[in-house]
Amino acid sequence: MADLKYVGTSVTRKDAVEKVTGQAKFIEDLYIGPMLYAKMKKSSVAHGKIINIDTSKAEAHPGVKAILTGKDYKNRIGLYLIDRSIIAVDKVRFYGEPVAVVAADSEKAAAEAVELIEVEYEELPAVFDPREGMKPDAPLVHEDLENYDIVPIFYPKPGTNIANHFKLRKGDIDKGFEEADHVIEREYYVPQMQHVPIETHKAAAHWSPDGKLTVWSTAQSPNVVRQLLAKCFEMPMHKIRVISNFIGGGFGCKAGASIEGLVVPLAMKFPGYVVRIVFSREEDMQGTFTRQALFSKLKTGIRKDGRITALQYEMIWDGGAYTEYGVNIVRAAGYSSSGAYDIPNVKTDSYCVYTNNSIGGPVRGFGMCEMQWGIERQIEAIAEELGMDPLEVRLINGMKKGSTTAAGQVVHDVDFEKCLKTVTDKIGWGKKEGKFRGKGIAGLVKCPAQPSNAASSAIIRINEDGTAHVLVGGSEMGQGMLTAMSQIAAEGLHIPTDRIEIRVPDTDFTPYDWQSVGSRVTYTSGRAVKQAAEDALGQIYRVASDLLEVPAEELTFDGKHVYSTKDPEVKATIREVADSCKKCTGEGIAGPIIGRGSFVPTNMTNLDPETGQGNPGLFYCFGATAVEVEVDPETGVIKILQLAASIDAGKAVNPQLCTVQLHGGTIMGLSTALFEEVRFDKGVMLNNNFTDYKIASIDNTPHIDSFIIETPESGGPYGARGIGEQPMIGVAPAIANAVCDALGVEFNTFPLTPERVWEAIKKKQAKG
Amino acid sequence: MSEKMTIKFTVNGIQEKKEAAVGQTLLKFIRDELHLTGTKEGCEIGECGACIVLLDDRPVNSCLILAVELDGKNLVTIEGLSQNGEMDRLQQAFIDHAAFQCGYCTPGMIMSARALIDRKPEPTDEDINEALSGNLCRCGAYQEIREAVKDASKK
Ligand code: FES
Ligand code: FES
Repeated sequence: MADLKYVGTSVTRKDAVEKVTGQAKFIEDLYIGPMLYAKMKKSSVAHGKIINIDTSKAEAHPGVKAILTGKDYKNRIGLYLIDRSIIAVDKVRFYGEPVAVVAADSEKAAAEAVELIEVEYEELPAVFDPREGMKPDAPLVHEDLENYDIVPIFYPKPGTNIANHFKLRKGDIDKGFEEADHVIEREYYVPQMQHVPIETHKAAAHWSPDGKLTVWSTAQSPNVVRQLLAKCFEMPMHKIRVISNFIGGGFGCKAGASIEGLVVPLAMKFPGYVVRIVFSREEDMQGTFTRQALFSKLKTGIRKDGRITALQYEMIWDGGAYTEYGVNIVRAAGYSSSGAYDIPNVKTDSYCVYTNNSIGGPVRGFGMCEMQWGIERQIEAIAEELGMDPLEVRLINGMKKGSTTAAGQVVHDVDFEKCLKTVTDKIGWGKKEGKFRGKGIAGLVKCPAQPSNAASSAIIRINEDGTAHVLVGGSEMGQGMLTAMSQIAAEGLHIPTDRIEIRVPDTDFTPYDWQSVGSRVTYTSGRAVKQAAEDALGQIYRVASDLLEVPAEELTFDGKHVYSTKDPEVKATIREVADSCKKCTGEGIAGPIIGRGSFVPTNMTNLDPETGQGNPGLFYCFGATAVEVEVDPETGVIKILQLAASIDAGKAVNPQLCTVQLHGGTIMGLSTALFEEVRFDKGVMLNNNFTDYKIASIDNTPHIDSFIIETPESGGPYGARGIGEQPMIGVAPAIANAVCDALGVEFNTFPLTPERVWEAIKKKQAKG
Repeated sequence: MSEKMTIKFTVNGIQEKKEAAVGQTLLKFIRDELHLTGTKEGCEIGECGACIVLLDDRPVNSCLILAVELDGKNLVTIEGLSQNGEMDRLQQAFIDHAAFQCGYCTPGMIMSARALIDRKPEPTDEDINEALSGNLCRCGAYQEIREAVKDASKK
């Protein structure tokens, strides 16, 4: 790559000073006018008919302004499958589902009123296990599935609980198994987890009498919120303004539309007031997206030389009560089902099944952690069966330039081998260090799971003094988007990052971006920003050419002056150019400079409905994780001695932020590997707080050795690709593989809690 | 209406006299009455550390304390760490090491770390791990936080 001045440098975060001084405004920090406070009445059964809702006592409670129920919210909402009621209508489908919402003049009054609402249910038979749920005689969670609107790339089975059946057929599976010398079959299970961003979900709405709705939300996508609200409330988009301020962590749970709809009808009743809802930690855990649990079966055929010839993968996902978003996780896991490996013959069936558990939905990794857990454990079993080094099996089968994914998409710009070797070299692969010590590795890959037409756009305004404003539609939830975009803009504009302003999105002013999900923004928004910067720079040259009367090709711009390369004395300040006015005569040349850029993928296609073949990936990001552990056989406690993570960023736009992101993802992966599992008892979440649902804290986080690999992405801006989710994927399998190496015990599920490890050790000892 | 009490206290160096509702938490009082919104709420039950402030130089979870307990005490919030436009060296170290992503845990994290350094000017990794174990960071900036705290304590 030619010399870059801003991209590839670790400039300070745009939001740094605000964030360390307590000045960064999250939505609950805004004073946005006279307020009403909303609270939900939540269902106390997992599946039941609503017989009666008595709000009379609650309505009489002092301070209460209004109480709405499902009948006030007539339309459903959803991203891919429009199946979700904002407030339950006629029946409830999960424990904790909103059945009514109260607006009052204080949070306290609203909370008290909620307690006074009486709801009578007739309990219905429920389903909590998707394997049971997909049987033909299972109780139905959605009787009306056939009438739901759906994006036609999903395949529900009306009359059952199957919300999507994704099918993939690559090569010839029978032939693949015939060619195999060994066949290995295993079953795996990955439980639900919760994102638990430290900031819970929050939303506020304001309605003005001219019909304008303003919504403040912790949304990862203000544009998708606007789109879904417009449909649900039958409003034109220009009358809806959605603002996402800084977000206190997203990780997928704030993707799509989440809780915004709850407050909209309340706001419409009280023009001039802002109606706000703030989820408690408990509500956040039970009532917003969980990671979908996965029950899977893998069957692999392998030749003696280590080559995998066939893979048969069945995945049954617990979609929970609504799968408006989950259907696409099931699809993404399906089309990616050979993981980071090139397997010629693949047969995959991935099912999204409704249950009466909490709503399943996107979590960092979007199905890849769950699906690749099976792949990476299976490779370990293969290595064991063949007596081969697990690294060797990965190198033999790992994707290379020109390999094909399960969907048959050819991958370019890949150096998976380097990702693997970097981390294994770091931890001293192949050397056994002690009796209870072991080493493990896992590879990983992920592409953004986005519709093939998911777009981004950018506008750059050059101010009169030559500073610039960059406008983009992505959300800032910590990933560093604002900083990365300002660097890409600076590179294209030749204006230093400290003379560029960029803020959080507001759909009335910032241009469209589909969503800040899927590790896509660096690439998609980056492409749009780069184009906008080049467009603005082109205009600067054109105006300067007129002003200085030299050909535009002869000009160059150093951030302050535009000057002729032939005679540097022929120059104009950016201020003179931005002022757009001819010096001597006073005749105008051009108006203010506004650069524009937009991006939509051109390398993606829909997939064949029968074979799942096509091009679902905008780009593929590879990486690897390697660990060394020591296990205490008496207690089952795993100690992480070494943890190394690599990720192929293509080009790290900001190496420091890229490293922080790599660490953050690895730590989240570690946390899920060792601690996290949402426990349900008949749909009731048993561990909905930080004491019972433990996440990694500083005292149990080891040092991480991180490696950013840079194999340029040909379509990415300056060769960059997104890496936000990927680091999480390899951690759980790498740790399980290491424990297996240490003690020879097998795990088909995680978290690897001391009890689980201890039991595995005891079981092995009993077998002798 | 709930019962109120008049309390006198110092907040970020300024003496104040205010009414506080008897059952109100210090966290709500700081955010809703003092309008110092840098202090965050992540759980309301003492499990996340986002709400940590210094009360008479000791780090406390403001969600677990009643506002009326502020009476006669000295309160420092994240807003009080930078004086006359100058950031505290911990704040600068958090920036230098990029010791946060979303920044939601950051005010509580910095207040806990400030209390640690005040008590122990040259903390070891173990000291830091212990002092900050009640501050959850879901973005996982722990490695950078350790470095930032050590860096700030050296100066
Ligand atoms: S809000 Fe006080 S500890 Fe979480
Ligand atoms: S920086 Fe996001 S929670 Fe710590």
